[in-house]
Amino acid sequence: MGAQQANSTVPEVSGIETKPSEIMIQVEDIHKTYDLGETQVHALRGVSVDIRRGEFVAIMGASGSGKSTFMNILGCLDKPSSGRYLLEGADVSKLEKNELARIRNRQIGFVFQGFNLLARTTALENTELPTLYSRVDKAERHRRALEALKMVGLEERTEHFPSQLSGGQQQRVAIARALVNRPSILLADEPTGNLDSRTSVEVMEILQSLNDLGLTIVLVTHEHDIAQFARRSIIFRDGKIRRDEPVTDRARAADVLKTLPLLED
Amino acid sequence: MDLASTLRMAFRALARNKTRSTLTMLGVIIGVGAVIAMMGIGQGADQAVQRQIANLGSNMLFVSSGSMNLGGLRLGWGATKTLVREDVVAMLKECPAVVTAAPGTQTSAQVVYENDNWGTRITGSTPEYFEIRTWDFQSGSSFSEDDVTTAANVAVIGETVRKNLFATTEPVGKTIRIGNLPFKVVGVLVAKGQSPAMSEDQDDTIIVPLTTLQKKITGQPWLRFVMVSAKSRSGSYAAQQQIQALLRDRHRIRPEQEDDFTLRNLADMADLASEASKVMTALLASIAGVSLLVGGIGIMNIMLVSVKERTREIGLRMAIGATEGDVQRQFLTEAVVMSLVGGAVGIASGVGASFVIASTAGWPILVSGTAVAGAAGVAIAIGIFFGYYPAQKAARLDPIEALRYE
Repeated sequence: MGAQQANSTVPEVSGIETKPSEIMIQVEDIHKTYDLGETQVHALRGVSVDIRRGEFVAIMGASGSGKSTFMNILGCLDKPSSGRYLLEGADVSKLEKNELARIRNRQIGFVFQGFNLLARTTALENTELPTLYSRVDKAERHRRALEALKMVGLEERTEHFPSQLSGGQQQRVAIARALVNRPSILLADEPTGNLDSRTSVEVMEILQSLNDLGLTIVLVTHEHDIAQFARRSIIFRDGKIRRDEPVTDRARAADVLKTLPLLED
Repeated sequence: MDLASTLRMAFRALARNKTRSTLTMLGVIIGVGAVIAMMGIGQGADQAVQRQIANLGSNMLFVSSGSMNLGGLRLGWGATKTLVREDVVAMLKECPAVVTAAPGTQTSAQVVYENDNWGTRITGSTPEYFEIRTWDFQSGSSFSEDDVTTAANVAVIGETVRKNLFATTEPVGKTIRIGNLPFKVVGVLVAKGQSPAMSEDQDDTIIVPLTTLQKKITGQPWLRFVMVSAKSRSGSYAAQQQIQALLRDRHRIRPEQEDDFTLRNLADMADLASEASKVMTALLASIAGVSLLVGGIGIMNIMLVSVKERTREIGLRMAIGATEGDVQRQFLTEAVVMSLVGGAVGIASGVGASFVIASTAGWPILVSGTAVAGAAGVAIAIGIFFGYYPAQKAARLDPIEALRYE
């Protein structure tokens, strides 16, 4: 798979460790059933998958295919009805709510379709938000937030409010926020869903460069074009994995950008 | 999350909706302000009454002749002739709770000095009278024990009499006429003002030796009243019982008969007045308390709206690692900050209102520390009580649902 070849070429960068071949996510025969009174909905019917450190996985599927449920379980927002989920070797499928919150805080970075930035709060403070829940002192919080904003190329915009930023910039702030606690994996749920095509590619460029630095990324998308930027694609249907294969003809966002007309600036 | 960050976050959230936060706090401000002002007014009024009662004399009991029952016809003040000076002597000897006693009688007369004349109350008593009533002299001094023995023509005048007869002249040493008799003025009393119990001008009086009044003016050998001073406030109750027993015995009153005198205890009056003002204070404070309650409900209302509006924010915070406790604390802090800031402003305005009311009414300014501390405590309690349910509601949200909320 693609992960190994990236790791061999990429130097270690602060905050993101790279250990080749290490299994980051190990999901074993996960089921998820929602009890809706009379009927039961089987959202996941036995999903098993391993994701190694440094991978860039695109998860695709029609709505109702179970991909969102799978993402929620990966993100420790939800627990499987049965099966095991090991995150960095530790079983997190049976943990208490507070322990899950801790894992979301330390090990997982979320990027959403709707950005979900706090209004009238500067980019820097938005980026700092996760550190508020993780006993980090003020100076360190500040330092980490600046570092994260730098990684997404927004070091010039730290004092801007979300309303003063473009959609792409807002999503970059959201990515910086996801990176600030140096997570093991980045979960991006339709991160380009609200963006125009050029901005989408810009966001994908950032994700690709972060992946090049060794960050493990799991991306949910229904756009085939976007999935082409990943290294591996998993397709869900009816609560099961239908296909799981490396991305052939992988697109480089930096190259695609050159072919697109400039809309902004 | 640490306290500083939680607080900063709460202030930030409240600042985002300034008008709404201010209006919500207004409920608490009015409630707390009203409670403090009402307590201040109640206590100020109480103190004013107590001060007036204390002004009558210290730990004083007032024995007056009268309350005689003549075959169904009941006669009041001064109607009997049984109270005499010997009773006072016996009181001092036999009633251990009694410290001093001043016998007295009273009449009205026209008083003349040069071209001015003035009708006033003439009281005959002994030098102890001034002591018991804690009445000081603005000039001169009391007549002496000798003056009482010799029935001397000397007089002490009150401030109202001085104003009406002397205006600018110094009265001490001058001679006035009471009826047809000349009296030398030996002292002028300081102003005492209106009496709260009898609602009369206490300064409109002339005091002469008891014997002088009895022998030279009224010709009546009995007493109208005896003023008694007890050791302490509690001692006054003992004195009351001792005097009653003594007088009943000396006046040979059979057990089934009513007293032929009336005994009033100033401590009783003070207690009564105090009781009344306490009831008034409680009434006012509870009405104000209702508005505080309404203020608290206002906080709860706004917090519920805020939780609903910020559902996505709550979902996001949970996704990035906020525990249920963190979310609950965040919203609870916002509610408490609102009630605390409201409480602080309320205390300030309540204290201000107390000052204004006290100075207009001429009462002592009373802002009790307990009322302020109590109000602050109640404000925090209100924030926690009315903030708890909305905070709980926020903490119980499912992060997945909350993130999808439109």
